[in-house]
Amino acid sequence: MSQDHEHGSTLSEMEVRVRALETLLVEKGYVDPKALDELIETYEHRIGPHNGAQVVARAWADPAYRQRLLEDATAAIAEMGYSGRQGEHMVALENGNGVHHLVVCTLCSCYPWPVLGLPPTWYKSTPYRSRAVIDPRGVLADFGVTLPAEIEVRVWDSTAEIRYLVLPQRPAGTDGWSAEALAALVTRDSMIGTGFALEPSSTGASL
Amino acid sequence: MNGPQDLGGMQGFGPVHPEPDEPIFHDAWERRAFALTVAMGATGSWNLDMARAARESLPPAQYLSAGYYRIWFEALLALMLERGQVTPQEVAEGRVSSPPREMPRILEAASVASVMARGGPTERPVSKPARHAVGDRVVTLNMHPMGHTRLPRYVRGRRGTIAAVHGVHIFPDTHARGLGEQPQWLYSVRFDAHELWGEDTTASSVYVDCWESYLASYPEPA
Repeated sequence: MSQDHEHGSTLSEMEVRVRALETLLVEKGYVDPKALDELIETYEHRIGPHNGAQVVARAWADPAYRQRLLEDATAAIAEMGYSGRQGEHMVALENGNGVHHLVVCTLCSCYPWPVLGLPPTWYKSTPYRSRAVIDPRGVLADFGVTLPAEIEVRVWDSTAEIRYLVLPQRPAGTDGWSAEALAALVTRDSMIGTGFALEPSSTGASL
Repeated sequence: MNGPQDLGGMQGFGPVHPEPDEPIFHDAWERRAFALTVAMGATGSWNLDMARAARESLPPAQYLSAGYYRIWFEALLALMLERGQVTPQEVAEGRVSSPPREMPRILEAASVASVMARGGPTERPVSKPARHAVGDRVVTLNMHPMGHTRLPRYVRGRRGTIAAVHGVHIFPDTHARGLGEQPQWLYSVRFDAHELWGEDTTASSVYVDCWESYLASYPEPA
């Protein structure tokens, strides 16, 4: 936060309103300000797509884990220590074999928090929510992604409390890589379906 | 409700703008609005379906022009005002002028990790067999309730196929109205994209999670 903000001369209307409500709720004893700090710390720094990347990398490296993930994603993801809010009921969708999965929530902002953290702004935006279900290839083009015409595009609208994690295709040229090295190739967008995993040449990682 | 939240298939919003290296929060107030929303949700004063219903009840023009944390904030205010937890005067003045209402729970810092790791599972015990099985043909209801529902307009009155059976889950339509969990079987239904959009689509299929009461068998049993 800038000095100007601290001095209060340039506070936005929302800054003023949110601060006022927080003060009110703390004084009324409804919220513990330390709990607010803890929530922010958790979702700004601890929980994020690096969690999902660990899940994907392990599925690539360990065929038995991949099988468990596809059969019961909630349990397989819990094995890695990730569970809870907005990820209570998980399903993994595997890209490949001529199929590409894309995940959206047309009705709000449902997103698998334990593996991907909080959703990016574009995921909650009207352009993405409106268009993903009718024109997914057009949406993918906005991400610079083009799929061959013969690929089947399946869109998943998260209308219930089931949360979807895309298992992207493992990049070629990564045979024998450790799960740790593989995790560096897994992007957030590849786990939503708006991107691919990175090519091995892009990270400098190796065996 | 056929509100502004039901965006699937709407046109004219322009391209998606991915933001490279996007920060988790864009303004300091977004952090606090996020945390206030989650902490107040954790008091048990309302359930998640009621919170969604409050968000989609914002005036459509406001809903469509606000960022998502603004939507959360406005809905949080509405939920609290509705319950008398804060008064309009207190919100306007930013000062306490009425006694606090009793809260079912308060989220404490020390329990944030365990509360979030537990989450709020919506699956409930099975009390009767599922009406549909994987591969069954179904048709969604043509319905336009005034209150909360999770059946988007673009799949109403459409034919699909059961792709997965997810177990029995809290029914949001009653849960949001304060009528209880009334759990039902939940299915993943696959819709052929042409059934939804005719030729005007680049999708192959769209999968939507549908509760049993949203669905009828197709064709109707003789």
